[in-house]
Amino acid sequence: MERMTKAVKNFGLPRIIIIAFFLSLLVAAAVTGMDMAALLGDVVRRWAMYGILVLAMVPSIQCGIGPNFGVTIGIVGGLLAALITIEMRFYGFFDSFANGGAMMQVCIAILLALILSSILGILYGMLLNRVKGSEMTVSTYVGFSIVALFNILWLMLPFKNGTSIWPLAGEGMRTTINLEADFASVFNNLLAFKIGNFEMPTGLLLLFFLACFFVWLFTKSRTGMMMSAAGANPNFAKAAGINVNKMRILGTTISTALGGVGIICYAQSFGFLQLYNAPQMMGFACVASVLIGGASISKARIVHVLLGTLLFHGMLAVALPVANNILPEGNLSEILRIIISNGIILYALSKAKEAGK
Amino acid sequence: MEETYALRMEHVSKNYGDNAVLKDVSLSVKPGEIYALIGENGAGKSTLMNILFGMSVIRDTGGFDGKVIIDGVEARFNSPNDAMAAGIGMVHQEFMLIPGFTITENIKVGREDTIPTLASRIFGKSLEKLDNKKMNADARKALDSIGMDIDQHVRVAGLPVGYMQFVEIAREIDKENIKLLVFDEPTAVLTESEAKGLLSVMRSIAKRGIAIIFITHRLSEVMDVADRMTVLRDGEVVASKNIIDTDIPEIAELMVGRRIEKLVDENETHYTHSDEIALKIRDFQVDMPGETVNHIDLDIHKGEIFGIGGLAGQGKVGIPNGIMGMFPAYGEVEIFGEKLQFSKLGDALHKGVACVSEDRRGVGLLLDESIENNIIFNAMTIKREYLTGLGFAHLVNAKKVRAFAKEMIKTLDIRCTGPQQRVGSLSGGNQQKVCLASALALNPRLLIVSEPTRGIDIGAKKLILEHLVDLCRNHGLTIIMVSSELGELRSICDRIAIVAGGEISSILAPDAPDVEFGLAMSAARVSQEVS
Ligand SMILES: Nc1ncnc2c1ncn2[C@@H]1O[C@H](COP(=O)(O)OP(=O)(O)OP(=O)(O)O)[C@@H](O)[C@H]1O
Ligand SMILES: [Mg+2]
Repeated sequence: MERMTKAVKNFGLPRIIIIAFFLSLLVAAAVTGMDMAALLGDVVRRWAMYGILVLAMVPSIQCGIGPNFGVTIGIVGGLLAALITIEMRFYGFFDSFANGGAMMQVCIAILLALILSSILGILYGMLLNRVKGSEMTVSTYVGFSIVALFNILWLMLPFKNGTSIWPLAGEGMRTTINLEADFASVFNNLLAFKIGNFEMPTGLLLLFFLACFFVWLFTKSRTGMMMSAAGANPNFAKAAGINVNKMRILGTTISTALGGVGIICYAQSFGFLQLYNAPQMMGFACVASVLIGGASISKARIVHVLLGTLLFHGMLAVALPVANNILPEGNLSEILRIIISNGIILYALSKAKEAGK
Repeated sequence: MEETYALRMEHVSKNYGDNAVLKDVSLSVKPGEIYALIGENGAGKSTLMNILFGMSVIRDTGGFDGKVIIDGVEARFNSPNDAMAAGIGMVHQEFMLIPGFTITENIKVGREDTIPTLASRIFGKSLEKLDNKKMNADARKALDSIGMDIDQHVRVAGLPVGYMQFVEIAREIDKENIKLLVFDEPTAVLTESEAKGLLSVMRSIAKRGIAIIFITHRLSEVMDVADRMTVLRDGEVVASKNIIDTDIPEIAELMVGRRIEKLVDENETHYTHSDEIALKIRDFQVDMPGETVNHIDLDIHKGEIFGIGGLAGQGKVGIPNGIMGMFPAYGEVEIFGEKLQFSKLGDALHKGVACVSEDRRGVGLLLDESIENNIIFNAMTIKREYLTGLGFAHLVNAKKVRAFAKEMIKTLDIRCTGPQQRVGSLSGGNQQKVCLASALALNPRLLIVSEPTRGIDIGAKKLILEHLVDLCRNHGLTIIMVSSELGELRSICDRIAIVAGGEISSILAPDAPDVEFGLAMSAARVSQEVS
């Protein structure tokens, strides 16, 4: 019995509650006669789809800036990269690849995202070095402002392709851009297979795991250890001859770059690019996921990402159809989804606040 | 006859996981008595006191068995606040100060004096104004009573450890309504004279009828002030005695379970003067708050053990901190003929200097990391050892690390559950040994150790000092030892510099008479008063 209570304590009661809730939702889904295979497929898809965005929290937490609310900076960088590749496709850049065009395009998009988001990440890291001690607040505001700034950019980009721009005005990006002709689902479909109605987005899942593996390798490397030392105890790091500010910039940059890659993986699975205010709240969801997974504002590991994303997004994936089923009025289920998702975010943030004291 | 006890702890047991740290420990302390708690590193002293004080670590790790009885009533403290309300004060081994607060604020935190205001008369006590004047005066009084002349308005962040220790003590002394005071190794970073001052303060507190529990590794202090004592070994009570019925050798034997010989053979003074200069310092200044170094010229020869002593606040701690680049430093420093560049971070490390900081938790350790990662960290980052190249990345070679950590654990007798134990969960003395191990892992040409035996028990101290001597005599390592403990400096150093007022007041031979050391230490005090 004592062992049991201790195990519970180690794992964290809130997480157990959330897992229980998740499981009971699944049971409810089964009882109300929903298509479980399809539902589980959806859970896995969303897990992989949001995974890299949540993974972006790990380097930022380890380097000492805390959960990166400003991951939106990386996200807009990734969106810009995707837009550029759409324009490239419009000019026939990927035509020579025949069937592999879409795959080529998404790879270029990821590469571009890495570059653009890294540049933004370096600048952002330099900014955060000037506001030590209030990173969480500042990064939240910076996340919001960058969205506003890019809203202007989206209106002014000189792109010409019909997929991206408003059809009538002839300029300015659309709010949602359909990726059907570009790279929608290329990763999801890679090596994908089906068991009954359960669809396995193999490529996307592998990509997510690969990203996790690289980040894990990094934490075990010399630089990675120097970075987490700088985050854990700046005085120790200084005594060890480590430039703490540089390490913080490094962590911020990796985090932001992962944000850029993450949004492309997300968008290809979703099938649409969402511009303007859409990314605004994404930072919160990412932070909440990793915290639910067991991370704190000063400590995060890959398992926290894996577990947290599965719980948070898996639960939303199940909650919505279940709610739809039980409460047929469309609005109600949407409200329920908002309540659940914001409830978890709120809980996670309050936990972050507590730990920050 | 039923005697009244201020505190009784009965059959207390505590496990950390599978590790039984306290086994059926009982002790009782009378009002006005100074009760010594003695034991090796990791014997469970701090744990017992954490239980008494309701520290959250205890509850978070599964609580404890047994009873704590205060004034005849069983107490169950859920937090240190409960313990304080019940009249218990504690000077922690690892300081509990708030860095951003001033000294006064730290002394008064949670017990602020207030003046009623109009708003507070209407809305209640929480709106009263802080009585800063009274608080500052009280803080001053507490600081004066232990002979500390630092300004009470200074922030605690960045203060030298010796000062933090004083602030920690002053906070407890200032408390009224106290029945029981716990001092967990308060003298570990103090010089003898400072410690003496503290001991007399303890005596006068005890005279007021307050019970005191005193933890120390300096057995002479125990003989000096304590009335009774309990010796813990591996979490068990091995003896409880009146001090008059015992002596130092017996206590030492009880602690360790075997007889302890004298610290390092004193008759061997091997100092063979080498002409090569290991460290040359000219017009050296360090801006370290509270430990300013004003002007120092010094030549340290290869292969010697050079001691640096002096009172807290006189600048002895500033010297290693300046060399290692922790605080702004000026002047000229040459390490084996190579000029040290202060502007380059970690330059001393790259030039073959390793340093054990006096502030082990603040600077010396990554508390959340394992013992092994702490031990190899500097060797891995600075010398790129313990790595496996993987093309683009250098990964830590877990196997090599484990092997070396195990070796260190054995050499320095680190009491732990294994190389993967979190350093933060080690006892204070064992954390100190990890710091030392990590400096040794660098395989330095010049080793600077600042308070190397802080909080280390007499058995381990002998081991460590002997190890240092061995490294010096047989492997040509040059060692600079900064210590507040004169006895320790005199037992192994070839020459000892006494720092006063940020300058070297004299360099003495280890066998120089006590008076000379005394004079050298007080030099600054005297001249300061004159000027
Ligand atoms: N938070 C913790 N988690 C796990 N083990 C712990 C924790 N704190 C202490 N221990 C273990 O409990 C034992 C006793 O530690 P304690 O700090 O009480 O020793 P101590 O007698 O105060 O030693 P020292 O003289 O070195 O300060 C040690 O073996 C230590 O490793
Ligand atoms: Mg202790």
